[in-house]
Amino acid sequence: MSNPILRVENLHVNFNTYAGTVQAIRDVSFDLNQGETLAIVGESGSGKSVTTKTLMGLNAKNAVIPENSRLLFKDKNLLELSEEEWQHVRGNEIAMIFQDPMTSLDPTMKIGQQIAEPLIKHQELSEKDALARALELMKGVGIPNAEEHINDYPHQWSGGMRQRAVIAIALAADPEILIADEPTTALDVTIQAQILNLMKQLQKQSNSSIIFITHDLGVVAGMADRVAVMYAGKIVEYGTVDEIFFNPQHPYTWGLLNSMPTTDTAEGSLQAIPGTPPDLLEPPLGDAFAPRNSYALAIDSKEEPPFFKISDTHYAATWLLDERAPKVTPPAQILKRWARWEELQGQEA
Amino acid sequence: MAANTEDFVIVGAQNSEANEHISKPALSFWQDAWRRLKLNKLAVISLWFLVFILGFALVSNFFVTQNKANAFDSDNVGKYKNLPPNSGLPIPGWDGKLKEPGATDTTDPYKNNNVKQNFILGTDNIGRSLGKRVIVGLRISLLVAISATFIDLLIGVTYGVFSGWKGGWVDVVMQRIIEILSSVPNLIVVTMFGLLLGNGVTSIIIAIAITGWLSMARQVRNMTLSLKERDYVLAAKSLGESSTKIAIKHLIPNMAGTIIVQIMMTVPSAIMFEAVLSAINLGVKPPTASLGSLISDAQSMLQFYPYQVLIPSGVLVLISLAFILLGDGLRDAFDPRASED
Amino acid sequence: MTEETPKKLVELNDLQLYFNKGKANEVRAIDHVSFDIYEGEVFGLVGESGSGKTTIGRTILKLYEPNGGTMTFDGEDITKLKGKELSNFRKNAQMIFQDPQASLNGRMKVRDIIAEGIDINHLAKSKDERNAKVQELLDLVGLNKDHATRYPHEFSGGQRQRIGIARALAVDPKFIIADEPISALDVSIQAQVVNLMKELQKKHSLTYLFIAHDLSMVKYISDRIGVMHWGKLLEIGTSDAVYNHPLHPYTKSLLSAIPVPDPEAENLRQHVDYDTTIETDGKERSMIEVNPGHFVLATPEEAEQYKQQQK
Repeated sequence: MSNPILRVENLHVNFNTYAGTVQAIRDVSFDLNQGETLAIVGESGSGKSVTTKTLMGLNAKNAVIPENSRLLFKDKNLLELSEEEWQHVRGNEIAMIFQDPMTSLDPTMKIGQQIAEPLIKHQELSEKDALARALELMKGVGIPNAEEHINDYPHQWSGGMRQRAVIAIALAADPEILIADEPTTALDVTIQAQILNLMKQLQKQSNSSIIFITHDLGVVAGMADRVAVMYAGKIVEYGTVDEIFFNPQHPYTWGLLNSMPTTDTAEGSLQAIPGTPPDLLEPPLGDAFAPRNSYALAIDSKEEPPFFKISDTHYAATWLLDERAPKVTPPAQILKRWARWEELQGQEA
Repeated sequence: MAANTEDFVIVGAQNSEANEHISKPALSFWQDAWRRLKLNKLAVISLWFLVFILGFALVSNFFVTQNKANAFDSDNVGKYKNLPPNSGLPIPGWDGKLKEPGATDTTDPYKNNNVKQNFILGTDNIGRSLGKRVIVGLRISLLVAISATFIDLLIGVTYGVFSGWKGGWVDVVMQRIIEILSSVPNLIVVTMFGLLLGNGVTSIIIAIAITGWLSMARQVRNMTLSLKERDYVLAAKSLGESSTKIAIKHLIPNMAGTIIVQIMMTVPSAIMFEAVLSAINLGVKPPTASLGSLISDAQSMLQFYPYQVLIPSGVLVLISLAFILLGDGLRDAFDPRASED
Repeated sequence: MTEETPKKLVELNDLQLYFNKGKANEVRAIDHVSFDIYEGEVFGLVGESGSGKTTIGRTILKLYEPNGGTMTFDGEDITKLKGKELSNFRKNAQMIFQDPQASLNGRMKVRDIIAEGIDINHLAKSKDERNAKVQELLDLVGLNKDHATRYPHEFSGGQRQRIGIARALAVDPKFIIADEPISALDVSIQAQVVNLMKELQKKHSLTYLFIAHDLSMVKYISDRIGVMHWGKLLEIGTSDAVYNHPLHPYTKSLLSAIPVPDPEAENLRQHVDYDTTIETDGKERSMIEVNPGHFVLATPEEAEQYKQQQK
């Protein structure tokens, strides 16, 4: 396996609020390899967006990151950068695609100009060269008749086109890491499909690494090489995309997979995860998912589960994997997935 | 890590009471705004200052009447006139001593004129207590402020909500009326009412009534236009709520922040407006004191008795400043996006 | 078939609603749309943003005035309803909104939000009765007692949406228009809300118009589905028919775009682009029944073609 381009170690992020300290990220570690797409999956409040904001150095002022947290990018700890150094990294080496194309473009600036801006700033191109490159980028992200539209303003474009422009801006400086924070959530399904195809295509061309943040496992299945599932500020399971989808081990991953209807979901068989994610103002003792988990063990409410190894690439933090734990039968849909995993393993062997 | 085997028993999910639990303290919009306002020290000081001033102005009605402040001893004008502020304590500049321009030594007019009384804020050119006159002026300023607020709320908000909610041609007509009214210079309105009713507080208040609520009405109308498309207004409509109830329950509470901030901007400009009018003799009739007329009366003597100008202008500036700072703090408090958490 | 034909609860006949009618920027939000909703069924309405699906929902609830066509509810013409009759109708038809954040007034306590319908229609005689009703509704949607005194911003998205559902149920309606009730929610919470809606439908024998852009959830909850695009209804049929045997190219494109939580299927999935010329060529099209109960907007030749393609 290649050397990871980004290494997150023991990341903690706390927010000081009037009501107390919100522990938004509680000990998150992961690697990102060159050229791969890592999907971080979780519901709102799981800390996935805070993780990306931290990676971009864009956290709110009341965020506190303890000393032992490390974000290693090319042997530099990003957490030690000054604001000036950050400005060099941001948009240049690490770029971001935001969720809402309506608000992430400046409504008063021509789109071509907005794409050219990071080029002028980071690569010190002349305005003319930058605009020429902007035109190329617009073509690259599939904007039809780019020449005619380079002087358009954002409001003249549809949501899908605007998201393409946002992607073009992110790609302008040829970043090594692209962070996509729910890039298609605000779009219609048909547009979503187009944007996802585009992102896959572009990644193949540039061999950059993508961190893809989403709550939609359907999108993950088509996009990701590896998947990390987050819950209540922690990663609860991570592995390759096949491992997560066909051999899931954490009950939360089961819950997520089961709450999406597929073609063969019979009526009345859609299983929802009950309840609401915990408030990270007072993270529960032990496994944060326990109160919503129908497979919860007594120990879950006392002690936090460590990561149990399933394979070299696949880990899950659930006591169910402890040798002392009883064997449980996951929901039928998950059993189906496990069966498919057996088949896949058989084919490989 | 010494876990027992009984720890590995399936207990299942907890009941909904537990997994729907919210641990954040319950906080209403107003509590939250108050919490954020408290973080702004200047705004809090301004708030308490204004509360104190308002209370003081109310209580002062009992011990400083209009007549007392206007009355002067015509026989002893020479004895009492232009006495400097005297706290009765040896504080430099506030000890009843005066340094005439050009003179090298300070004089003590109290001793020279054989005045037993101490005038804390000094006296004016005919020997009236400046303190009492400033208090009366303050009351007039606050009266103007309160009526401006009242008119803003009563006419401005109602007009704005109605215009925005009705929309269509009603809105067009109502907005044209606002434009016509705002194009009339309010100095003309005051002069007109001065001619009709005579100069005085009443005509000032009427002038403010005619022109002061316009920007409030405009702001409220704009807010109404955007709020009436909100889903919760549609929800109330689809439940069959009447328009008046929707305005009271949904529209006005959600624009309360804007309304209050707008008031905080109207009030100092109304106070200043009154002061300017009184200073150019379109305001209160002498001998009634207003902060504006006090300043204009004393300005000819600025060189000799600067305190006669400085004291009323100081009060004027402090009140306006307090309103502006409080308004600023309130705007931040009502707009959580601008704050840190 | 021994079953008697189910009763039509809502009938839309040639409904039209144009914004800025007659002007250059005229928008045909609802362009000659007709369909029926049977009592006790879930009718799914699918389409992308700007297809007019939300406008239809709001027009049925009389939040917008249609320019033409008729609507009936429970056999009664509601196109021109006013005053007392309108408020009676509104007790029967309620709405659940897309954005649970925007649909709750942040200045009001949850108790007062839920009780709004109770207050308007004087459904509670005393304060105690009102509180008891609110409690019951909170319980129904799986929220805690102490939530009644809290404010909307303290809740998570899924909880807020359940508050919105409780508010709609407070007046005990027969018919609920759910306008993208799950699109603003996390996938894990979507299932929760959909299951709750299904459960409530059974308990209170409700009829739903379920508006969404996500075909997979719509298929799961709906009995019949209508597909809309640019203000027109393109296809209508049972959810199995539309999902498994789509006729109109737009429906096919929409279905091909749904991501599936299965990496193998995802790698094979090919998104079919939709060629809009089929709607803009100016030919006269009408709803043609290709299979029993399965209609598509087409010219007779196209209908024949669609029929052939199925075989």
